[in-house]
Amino acid sequence: MGKRERLSGNEAVAIALRQINPDVFPAFPITPSTEIPQYFASFVANGQVDTEFIPVESEHSSMSAAIGASAAGARSLTATSSCGLAYMWEELYIAASNRLPLALALVNRALSGPININCDHSDSMGARDAGWIQIYAENNQEAYDNMVQAYRISENADVRLPIMICQDGFITSHAVENIELLDDADVKNFVGEYEPEDYLLNSECPMAVGPYAITDYYMEAKRAQAEGMRNVPRVVEEVAKEFAVISGREYGLFESYRMENAERAVVMIGSAAGTTKDAIDRLREKGEKVGLVKIRLYRPFPADEIAELLKNVKAVAIMDRAESYTNHGGPLGADVMSALYRARANALAVNYIYGLGGRDVRVEDMEGVFRALEQMIEEGDAGETYRYLGVRE
Amino acid sequence: MSYNFKETMNKTERLAPGHRMCAGCGGTIAVRNVLRGLHEGDKAVIGNATGCLEVSTFTYPYTAWEDSYIHNAFENAGATMSGVEGAYKALKRKGKIDANYKFITFGGDGGTYDIGLQSLSGAMERNQDLVYVCYDNGAYMNTGIQRSSATPMYANTTTTPVGSESNGKPQNRKDLASVIAAHDIPYVAQTTFVQNFKDLHIKSEKAIYTPGAAFLNIMAPCPRGWRYNTPDIMEICKLGVETCYWPLFEVVEGKWILNYEPKKKLPIEDFLRPQGRFKHLFKKGNEYLLEAFQQEVDRRWEELQFRCSR
Repeated sequence: MGKRERLSGNEAVAIALRQINPDVFPAFPITPSTEIPQYFASFVANGQVDTEFIPVESEHSSMSAAIGASAAGARSLTATSSCGLAYMWEELYIAASNRLPLALALVNRALSGPININCDHSDSMGARDAGWIQIYAENNQEAYDNMVQAYRISENADVRLPIMICQDGFITSHAVENIELLDDADVKNFVGEYEPEDYLLNSECPMAVGPYAITDYYMEAKRAQAEGMRNVPRVVEEVAKEFAVISGREYGLFESYRMENAERAVVMIGSAAGTTKDAIDRLREKGEKVGLVKIRLYRPFPADEIAELLKNVKAVAIMDRAESYTNHGGPLGADVMSALYRARANALAVNYIYGLGGRDVRVEDMEGVFRALEQMIEEGDAGETYRYLGVRE
Repeated sequence: MSYNFKETMNKTERLAPGHRMCAGCGGTIAVRNVLRGLHEGDKAVIGNATGCLEVSTFTYPYTAWEDSYIHNAFENAGATMSGVEGAYKALKRKGKIDANYKFITFGGDGGTYDIGLQSLSGAMERNQDLVYVCYDNGAYMNTGIQRSSATPMYANTTTTPVGSESNGKPQNRKDLASVIAAHDIPYVAQTTFVQNFKDLHIKSEKAIYTPGAAFLNIMAPCPRGWRYNTPDIMEICKLGVETCYWPLFEVVEGKWILNYEPKKKLPIEDFLRPQGRFKHLFKKGNEYLLEAFQQEVDRRWEELQFRCSR
């Protein structure tokens, strides 16, 4: 059975990777994800894995090599943060269009500038349209569990898309918390062997990867990727069900926290959900009908399911840990609001930008958000729908 | 190494006809002859940086490549093939594959000297077991003849156009073979299409079968960009070598070896004159440019002779 431990998110993900024993891991250091390849390099040095670890000269090359390895028939991955992800941007699209089921352990960090090593989601939010599956974690346990589930989702024959397993820089990646690890054998069994259909090193049948395809084929290639994405929610749920059997921990597309008869709700991603849960517990004790929707699967976006959950809510605050300079809110705000519109929901909706560059978000801040929602309901109007939380104006 | 021209040329083609490269393209001549360095029956994965070669040989849904082939992007052929080679090592170790493979990646000078230099440098420094082949035609030909760091001094390109205030590219070309040799890899060589392809064939075979990283720099003229009479490609290459503009050499485990010394070094004008990109150098009053070009060739040739004499 599982083993109780105290680990940082980075070490937990590194242990998941040791248990998975991938074939190829090219990596380049960048704070705060550096520890993942560091831990992994020690597993290689000590013969605990038989992975080919390639210490490349940049993140562009780490993703390029991961793509080459995956196309060659290997189970591959890399890890990065922030500017590292930005540097490999072009490659993210190429990985997805080549339908390569590789993984990226992403430790979310603010993009420069000013240069900042702390958490926000501007890196992965910028990559949300790259064609990758994006799964986010609230804490080290979720980061570990998501990593264990990653390849089962990405390698599924109905999906075949790359997957980004995201956790919050420092808050999750470096904070040491209790965790329950699975047995090595259970992970090995659960993840299984990778058996690609077509690959470069198939001596029976050579293969060509990365064509030039213009107007006569490009659009069909993109549509085929979208088809893979359409299958992702079903596969994520199927894999989560199997994972629950070995772990006892249940996952879905999102987590619904105390949403029963909730009139006010917060929608958010990542570690601040834990803080929000504390605020909700306090307010619920006072009899307030408040709840949380914590997004786990952000790409593809489970719009209908989230709208269904929010259809009876009177007011909702959507929390974005990234700017997108639309002058009306952040990326999660846009996704949730369009979901509400599609579902003809009547909730008053407001979008907060919070926690940029590691700006702290406290329980009191989230209580303040719920108070603001209360005021919106009283006034029957959302007022300014694009707000900043915890900023000096 | 013995070389039999007829036998070598009769080897099975690994780049099939029907691709869309220009007639007389030096790039395809380089590719076909490098691949003749592979022993019959040996498998290979071919890599390719974005460029003419890629867009003209793998236009979906057709491929001209008989071997497995991967194109990723413009600047990362070195890293991409590092990943493929890494996969090979890992899958061999795990007993998942049996066949023996060689790894050869091609890039033009834009993808090699310039945008892909970092990725190439990384692959070389890590001593990945692959061959990186630069088919050097001295400019960004795929996008329409823009200058690169491989473009020779004074060449007329679309980003160094000759005009009342311009004599073409003001700078000297980068000596990439020296840069790569400084990585201290097992094998570096420079060659082109001369001696019935003997030099190119021998060097390709050596590069492919030398364990660890190997780099080949092949002068591969582009009739569109250089503006010479297309059928004259072999003559152009010969003049490149006989003028010592493009010397044939190897660096084997750090030892510099000069493979060919012209009996009578020809003046650089002989190489430049047939090429439209240097037409302006032969206008009255521009003799000083030819002199400067000659001095640059002489300086590099002497430096190479010195390196090879140690």
